[in-house]
Amino acid sequence: MARAVKPQRKAINTAVAWSIGLLIFFPILWTILTSFKTEAQAISDPPVFLAFDWTLENYGIVMERSNYARFLWNSIIIAGGSTILGIMIAVPAAWSMAFVPSKRTKDILLWMLSTKMLPAVGVLYPIYLLFIKLGLLDSRTGLVLVLMLMNLPIIVWMLYTYFKEIPGEILEAARMDGATLREEVIHILTPMAVPGIASTLLLNFILAWNEAFWTLNLTAAKAAPLTAFIASYSSPEGLFYAKLSAASTMAIAPILVLGWFSQKQLVSGLTFGAVK
Amino acid sequence: MGQITLKQVTKSFGDLQVIPPLDLEINDGEFVVFVGPSGCGKSTLLRLIAGLEDVTSGEISIDGQIATDVPPAKRGLAMVFQSYALYPHMSVRKNIAFPLRMAKTSPEEQERKVTEAARVLNLTDYLDRKPGQLSGGQRQRVAIGRAIVREPAAFLFDEPLSNLDAALRVNMRLEISELHQTLDTTMIYVTHDQVEAMTMADKIVVLQAGVIEQVGSPLELYRNPANKFVAGFIGSPKMNFLDGSIAAEHNAATIGVRPEHISVSREGGTWRGKVGVSEHLGSDTFFHITIDGMNEPLTVRESGEVDLRRGDEVWLTPSASHLHRFDAKGLVIR
Repeated sequence: MARAVKPQRKAINTAVAWSIGLLIFFPILWTILTSFKTEAQAISDPPVFLAFDWTLENYGIVMERSNYARFLWNSIIIAGGSTILGIMIAVPAAWSMAFVPSKRTKDILLWMLSTKMLPAVGVLYPIYLLFIKLGLLDSRTGLVLVLMLMNLPIIVWMLYTYFKEIPGEILEAARMDGATLREEVIHILTPMAVPGIASTLLLNFILAWNEAFWTLNLTAAKAAPLTAFIASYSSPEGLFYAKLSAASTMAIAPILVLGWFSQKQLVSGLTFGAVK
Repeated sequence: MGQITLKQVTKSFGDLQVIPPLDLEINDGEFVVFVGPSGCGKSTLLRLIAGLEDVTSGEISIDGQIATDVPPAKRGLAMVFQSYALYPHMSVRKNIAFPLRMAKTSPEEQERKVTEAARVLNLTDYLDRKPGQLSGGQRQRVAIGRAIVREPAAFLFDEPLSNLDAALRVNMRLEISELHQTLDTTMIYVTHDQVEAMTMADKIVVLQAGVIEQVGSPLELYRNPANKFVAGFIGSPKMNFLDGSIAAEHNAATIGVRPEHISVSREGGTWRGKVGVSEHLGSDTFFHITIDGMNEPLTVRESGEVDLRRGDEVWLTPSASHLHRFDAKGLVIR
């Protein structure tokens, strides 16, 4: 029997849910609003919410001052490259952990995750030196590698949990039907795990897109992505809130659009296996 | 062809030996059923034959070729799993064609074989559906279809009917038996249900704790069980066992007599007893009768409806020619 919900109760629940949603979204909303203000209005006290002189001036100045397209392209290459490379390494790893586990599989999973418990700055110095030696400083290749390695434990963990949900008998059936290991992964495992793989891809792409520590520390001009583009507006010349907001809005817009269109996939993937 | 020979095959998981050295001969075209309680190693034995598990030692040969180290797909066997193990993202047509696709069969040949299998299994109208849109029985037939198109040397069935309801199970039992007669191919069938074993098998292999207790035709096992375990496992309702002084009269540690081999009378007989619970099936009636000197009631089967009530005093007489005698180790005394 469905639980009866009173109309008033339902209205209150809806209002509370919307309030929490807006509260979480507020910083992004404020950034977007600020990007349309003049510098004076941006720092005015008390702050103005909607009643200000809407202007596109900041966007014009930002576009004029820096090459947005180049930063955007770098972001796409770095986030996309590290995600695809990560998935290619993680699928076989997660397959072996889910379907042919050894006594130490659980330990390896935890051990992998433990690398995420170390503050990134702790390994900055050795990685910086390595990058100098290998000539990877300020290169997209270098960032693809570092971000892939940083996110690999999460990708493996996510795929591992999705793969665990796939009954082993189906893979055995494929083996009986004459599928080689490669065919088993391509024709059976991957199509069955598509929702999981898709949400892993998306989440990892978002993480890599927003990653600021490594991208700021290991790039200068050539390989700098959108995070560096934003950072360049909190400059020594002083803080320009409206221009900073315009830059931020331009940096988050692509990922916001991507997230909006894939939200169904993302939600179903992230709650995969939670209910059965 | 589908002759399978197991020689001194063993299987251990870590330090735990689940199959001690075991020999078995399965002849071409035979319907062999592995039966035993859960955890007796019957599924493991099937998976060893399939190649899904590696033997720890010993040798498996298929049609005279040693197959011990041959991968599952190359053994020429097809398997039907308990969960059906259909590919959920593929249509019925693609599910059935999958082994052919893996074998690089031409598309025309694939289409021909899939159509033929669908016709035999009454699946023609469902070829474009996904497994999720089928009933349990239909899913089972798709799994069988996927096995048939490979034209295997032998079919392996791992408890294929245990997820179906009782009525459907009886139907599928007949369908599989019929399929065996049509195809005339070796089939190895694992079940814990002795009724399935009795009704389908040419040869039953009774297993307990990885050990083969007895191999024989259904009626051989029913008439001449080699030990107490087989005697108790084969036949429904199960055989009655009596020990103590009653068994001693027959120079045995235990005697066994099936419910259908005991006659009931109000006037007189061998053992005196009191009627307890009775189960009326219409065609048969099962009485649970406690006899003097025994704690456990005996089950007695009478044809049709017999008017006996709880508490009635009756006499039971076992049929002397159907009495099974066992020694202290549970082995039959012939």
